[in-house]
Formats: sequence, structure tokens, C-alpha cells
Amino acid sequence: MSDQNPSVGGDGAVLPVLSLDDVHVRYGGSHILQGVSFDVPATGVTALLGRNGVGKTTTLRSIIGLAPRTGRILLQGREIQGLTTARIVRGGIGYVPEDREVFGGLTVDENLRLVDPVRGVDADVVARLFPDLVPRRAQRAGTLSGGQQQMVALARVLLRENALLLVDEPTKGLAPKLVTEVADVLAEVARTTPVLLVEQNLPLVRRIADRVVVLDAGTVVHRGAAADLVADADLTRELLGVSMRREGAA
Amino acid sequence: MTSPTDHLTDTHTPSVTPDGEGEATASTTPTASGEGSHAARRVVRALPAVVGLAVLAYLPYVPIELPGVLPGRVNGPGSMQLLATCLVIGGIALSYDVLFGRTGLLSFGHALFVAAGSYLLTISLSTWALPLALAVPVALGLSTLLAVVVGGIALRVGGIAFAMVTLAFAQAASIIVMRNPGGVTGGEEGRPLDRAAVPDVLVGVANAPYRFWLALAFVVVAWAVVTLLVRSRAGHAMAAVRENEQRAAVLGFGTYRVKLLAIVVGSFLGALGGVVHALVLGGSNPHLTTSEFTLSLLVMVVLGGAGSRWGAVIGGVLYTYADARLVEVSNAAVLQDLPVVVRQVLSQPLFILGVFFVVVVYFAPSGLTGLGGRLIRRSGSR
Amino acid sequence: MSDLVLLLVTGLGLGALYFIAASGLSLIYGLMGVLNFAHGVFMTAGSYAAWLTMGALPAAWPVAGRLGVGVVAAIALGAVVGLVVEVVLIRPLYRHHIQQVLVTVGLSLAGVAAAQGIWGADPRPVDKPVWMSGTTEVLGARLPNDRFVYLLVALALFGGLLALLHLTRLGLVIRAGVENRTMVEALGINVHRTFTIVFALGGAAAGLAGVLYSQYAGAVSPAQGGSLLIFAFIVVVIGGMGSLTGTAVAAVVVGLVQQLANYYAASGVGDLSVVLLLALVLLLRPTSLKGATA
Repeated sequence: MSDQNPSVGGDGAVLPVLSLDDVHVRYGGSHILQGVSFDVPATGVTALLGRNGVGKTTTLRSIIGLAPRTGRILLQGREIQGLTTARIVRGGIGYVPEDREVFGGLTVDENLRLVDPVRGVDADVVARLFPDLVPRRAQRAGTLSGGQQQMVALARVLLRENALLLVDEPTKGLAPKLVTEVADVLAEVARTTPVLLVEQNLPLVRRIADRVVVLDAGTVVHRGAAADLVADADLTRELLGVSMRREGAA
Repeated sequence: MTSPTDHLTDTHTPSVTPDGEGEATASTTPTASGEGSHAARRVVRALPAVVGLAVLAYLPYVPIELPGVLPGRVNGPGSMQLLATCLVIGGIALSYDVLFGRTGLLSFGHALFVAAGSYLLTISLSTWALPLALAVPVALGLSTLLAVVVGGIALRVGGIAFAMVTLAFAQAASIIVMRNPGGVTGGEEGRPLDRAAVPDVLVGVANAPYRFWLALAFVVVAWAVVTLLVRSRAGHAMAAVRENEQRAAVLGFGTYRVKLLAIVVGSFLGALGGVVHALVLGGSNPHLTTSEFTLSLLVMVVLGGAGSRWGAVIGGVLYTYADARLVEVSNAAVLQDLPVVVRQVLSQPLFILGVFFVVVVYFAPSGLTGLGGRLIRRSGSR
Repeated sequence: MSDLVLLLVTGLGLGALYFIAASGLSLIYGLMGVLNFAHGVFMTAGSYAAWLTMGALPAAWPVAGRLGVGVVAAIALGAVVGLVVEVVLIRPLYRHHIQQVLVTVGLSLAGVAAAQGIWGADPRPVDKPVWMSGTTEVLGARLPNDRFVYLLVALALFGGLLALLHLTRLGLVIRAGVENRTMVEALGINVHRTFTIVFALGGAAAGLAGVLYSQYAGAVSPAQGGSLLIFAFIVVVIGGMGSLTGTAVAAVVVGLVQQLANYYAASGVGDLSVVLLLALVLLLRPTSLKGATA
């Protein structure tokens, strides 16, 4: 490993920022992840796809230590097994959960200051990417619209330097216009930070994802370029059980 | 939330352990066993219980002395009374386990129903002058009704709030009993049993063996009811609620009704225990109404092993025995050299039991029977 | 009229004691989901710490001065006991809420038994400052002065805790944690350290409640903490499980209901009416009891 740039391997190939090797998760008798292995390269958007209930969210949760797992998970080459969730996150993973999970009783500014005690909505990144939030800084997050809550959930992880972002269904339940806005933000963020994105919206995946990993029944059934999967309607239907119905939503 | 009884599986799994309740044995038992060997295994499984029952029932004929273990001869009145008390409490602990170990309900109000059974019996006999044959069903009926009402209200909240609410209801009962309304509860003194209203064989020092057999019969009844319950569809529903309430609800169990049923059955058995307790101890004691008594039931069940019939009964028996006999520990010669404060603390049985309980929660979460079962299995597999 | 004033003030005084006892319980439950049965032992520890401290100080000191030092000792001991219990006993059982409750149950049994072994089960009288034993006449009612002390202390505690929750970073983390502990962790915040601090804070509040309750009762006894604890539980449940403002309102209501019912119905009915109030609250609004923020 080179001293100057630890993410570049000896042969010049970019090392994955995150790699999962034979990860299993068992919850109260059910075996949810049954040996998941894949790498997340250090650039661009990697989309994690699959039907409902195949373990996409569980995969993200197991990465940051919220789901008890076995197997190896390496963040920038270091095993993160045994670390607390807080340590893993501070080690450089930003997590945007499904359903946003902003703190509804706290104001927008408090939600952000929880992560960065000093800057809150005054941070450049917030003002630049989420101008809508600035006039709402004193509003309780619980009273915001779904789209605005998603902005808060994204903004609070972007206040920190991240080696990787985990984003779980950021456009779920959002109006088409907001879907586009969120997609723009993610595309912008992905220029500097790799993103592992769980998403059901295939047009959006086609627009911003570089690669796809498809899960089924707790294992990886497909890896490849996003464009190839989305272009192949039969493969899409076979792997995801959907056709490109939501054309134009992104 | 992890249930304290996660390690336990359903009781109907065939197994060679005394109570057949360990998942390790369940997984090693051949699944394709024939009907014949199944029946044979059932007999083998019932054997320890039958032998234990026979030995216990024979104790009133054992005249030997066990110095330091029991006061006087085994069949002497002192020992018989102590053993009878131990058995009653063991049965009451078993009734509590229907809620805690089987259904995962952390109730802090079980004492309410035990006390209801006890006090309603003494009050029916004395104040209402009912004959025993009528007083017992009246006490059990009213106690069960109380369980339906209190359980119905308390189950409107779940988890920890349920624990607090049941505690509050039990506390209300304790206050009523202490206030001695109309002189029916006797306040701090308790209410003595009307000796004229009960058969002669249950009264007097010399008849302690009959009270012992009565207590033993109560344990057998409670055991049988719990066995039938856990093997029934309702019992499976309780286990499902305990393991994962949300999943049980998805599977179509009406979880509210399942939990209410557990409370009603457990309370009925608890009230029966209260009735027997009053008969064995010759009256109703306000200690039965205290939150301390409910907490001690919880301690017994966890000490012995939650969700296991052997565990609950053994926990109850050992706890009661230790509470009565541990006082002697402070007089032991080895302790005489210790500082006074240490001896004063160790002279309190509840201190030793409380500390022991914390240790068990940490290091033997499946209780003493779980620990014992694991040791037996380990030595057996070599 | 004077009766009513007396009842209102004594009810408020009692409510103040309930609030001090319940505030720590409510914070701990709200943030950590731990039902702390050992809270009663923390209170008992506080009352004995103050009693022993007051006995050890020179008798020539005024009682109020000795009580002041005793209060400090009780708060300090409560905080230390809370801290040690959290780090040694509660933390290893993180996320096993039932086991955590069981451990605190064992602790409460052992703690009360230990106090009973050392100082005996009987109540021991405590010194009370002369002024606190006296009365003040307001609107024709002779009001016991100590109730004003409890009220002032409770108000100061309530104000202090609100300031902590809304003006400090620790408070921000606590409020966020009460809503969603997991997400606080998933934002990279060490929520365990906050747990320890909150447990120590709860222990300190319990120590304070213990001293004041022994002043109210005129004696210390091992079982004292346990009896106060039950009312504290009721207050926490009525107040909405983890909401500090709800706890304060519930404490006042419970104190007033208890005093009024004891006077206008019969002695002892007050305690029962509190349990009835709890049942009523459960029947009328069970959904609001699943947890709330301050």
C-alpha cells in the first residue's frame, strides 16, 4: 500500500472504500442476510437494488453496526467489527436512514447542530445545497414536509467529512419535483464522496448510479454497470420484478 | 427489545431434559421419530416429576433429622410447616411464570391476585360466614374477575409502562388492606383464618402433614394447568407474543386477548395459591399485598429459570427456604471475624438473595435450572 | 377558605416532593428506556447520607447549616451511586431492557436489606430546622413552612433541568436521544457517555428527594425510598413516560388530588384516588403514554 494515497493499490487500481465479505445477519430466528459480498468503489454512486424485504436496509444497518452480523466488513481496508455505531460513523460513514428519522421535536438548526455543534444551518454546504432550509432554521423538523425532512437528513450527514455515504430510499414518498431535487443533490455529492444508495426508482438509478448490486433472498445475485441493467428490460424484470413503469419520474 | 426468555423454546419439543425446554436438545433430537418411541420418551420425561412427587408425598413418614437443613425431624411440625410454605410459594411462582416466562409480560402486580385469593377466603369464611365449599369458589371467582378488570386496563399500555401500572394497582390493594376498611382485612395484623370454618385436619400443630399435602396438591394442580396451557393453541400464541409481539400480531394472533388470557389464567392460579396460603398459614398476611412480595416472585422465577415449570417451582421453593434459613448464616463461625457492619449486612437474607439474583441475571440468564440442564447435557454428551 | 388554602399548599408541597423524586426517573426512562427500580435505594441512600452527615457535624452548628451540608452529601452520594450503577451494572446489559430492570430490582432488594441490617428497620428521627417546623399565616391558613422549601427546591430543579435540556449541548443530545436513541448513535454521537451522565444526574436528584422526604416524614427508614418510588412511578406514567414538563404537571396533579381526597373523603382515600386517576388516564389517552419529549 502506498504511503501517499492509501486508497490506491500497488497496481494503480482504486481500492474499494468499503468491502463486504460473507456478511450474515440473523434476527430473532430469521436469517436475513445469507452471505452478502460486494465492494463499493471509492467514486460515484453504487446502487443497491432488489425487491422489498430482500435485506437492502439490513445491509446498510449491518455496515454501521446497527444489525448484529458475522463476516468481514472493511472500511478503507480496516475491519470495523466490534466498533460501536458511533465509532464507525465517526470513522467516516454518513448514514441517511429510510424514512429520514429526523428529530421531529427539535428545530432544523438543532437537528444540524447535533452533528456540528458550531455551524448548524450556517454551514456553507447547507446554504449551497439546501437553501430552502435556511429560512426554516427555527421550525420544528416534525412540521416540515417530507421533502424538507429529507433535506435535513441529508444536510446533517454532509456537515461532516465522509469517506462514504449510505443513503436509504431518499425519494420514497416524495413528489416528482422533489425527487429531481434530491437526485440533483446526490449527484452533486457523489462527485466528491462515494455513495451506496438503496433506491426503488429505476429512472433515478439510471440517471445517477454508476454501478448496481442486486440482492435477492439475502444474497447478491447480480453486479454490474447501472446502464447495462437498466437497458436490459428482461434482466430488470427478472431481478427486480419490475418494469420501467415510472419512466420520467426522475 | 430482547426478552429474558429468548433462549427458551416451546415446551412441546421432545427432549430428554427434565422439563424438555432446552433448544440445544431440541435441535439434536431426531425429528423423524416413530410414535412408539415418542410415547416412551414422554414416559421417561415424566419420570423425574413422578418420582419427585412420590418422594415429597412420602416425606411426612420420614422421621430422620437433618441438622442445619431442617428444624427438627423431617416429619416434625416445624419442618412440615416450612416445607408446606415453600411449596405454596413455589406454586405461586409457577403461576407468575405464566405471565413473565411464558408470555413475556413484566407484571409487578401479581401479588394483588394472590392477596385477593387469600383475603377473600378469610373474609368469606369470617365476615360473610360462608361454608368453605362456597368460600373457595367465591374467592377464586372474584379474584379472577379482578384480574379481567385490572388486566384489561393495564394492557392498554405495553412493556415497561405495563410494569409500572400493575405495580400501582397492587399498591392500591396494599393500601386498602392496610387501611382495614370496616375491619375486614385486619390492617397490619392480617386476618386470621376462622378455625371453626375449616376441616379439623387442616388446623393445629399436629396436622402440619395434612397442610403439607394440601400445598403439594396445589403445586400439582398448578403444574397440570400450566402444562395443559403451554401445549394448547393459546400457549403457542403466548410463546409467539413473548418471542416477538409484532410478528405474533402479523400471524393473526389477537395479542391483546392472548395477553389478557395469560393474566387471567396466571391470576386464577395465583389466587388459588393465595387460598392455599391462607389455609396453610392459618390466615391472610398483609405482606402478600406488598410490592416486595411481587418483586420476590420475579426474583424466584428468574433465579429458577423463567419459562420453565421446574425453574419457577424450584426458584420459589429455594427462595422461601433461603429467606427462612439464611438468618443462621450470620451466626456461622466463619463470619465471626468479619467487621460488624459486614455481619449486619449479611444477617439480612434479602441482601444475600438480592445480590445472588443480580449475579444470576448476569451469569446464568436461564436461571439455576437452565444452568443445571446445561451441565447435565455437557456431561452427558461426553 | 383557609382549609382550601392549606390543602392547596400542602398538596403542592407533596407534588413538589413527587416531582423531585420522579424527575430523575423520567429522564432515565425517557433517554435509556430503563425502569430504574433502584431509584428508591438512591433516595434511601441520600436520606441516610444526610442523616449521618448531620449527626457527624458539631451539634453546636445550627440545624439548617447541618442540613445544608447533609443535602450536599446526599446529592453527591446519589450522583456517585448512580454513576457506578450505570457503568458497572446497566451498561453491560445495553438493549436488554428487561434484564436491566431485573438488575435494578435485585439492587433495590439488597440495598434496603443492607440498610435494614446496619441501622435497623425502625425509623430514626431526623433534626429539622426550627423555621421549617413552624408555620406562616396566609389568608387565615397556618401553612407549614417546609412545604415552601420543597416547592422552591422543585421549581429550581425544574428550571435547572429545562435550562440544561434547552440551552446546552448535553441537553440537545438528551432531547434527541429521548426521541430516537439509535439515530443519535448513527450520527456518530457517543450516546453511552450521555447515559452515564443522565444516570448520575438522576441519582443526584434522587439523593435530594431522599433528604427532603426524610425531612417531610421527620425520620429516616430503609423502606422510605420504596414508598416514595411508587408515587414517582405513577407520576412518570401519568406525565407521559419521559416528558419532563409532563412529569411536573402530573406531580402537581397527583399531590393535589391526594391531599384533597384525603381531606374531603377520608384519610387514605387520597392514595387510592391517585391510582384511580392513573387508571382513568390510561383509559382515556393510552397512546400519549408511549414516550414523549420534554
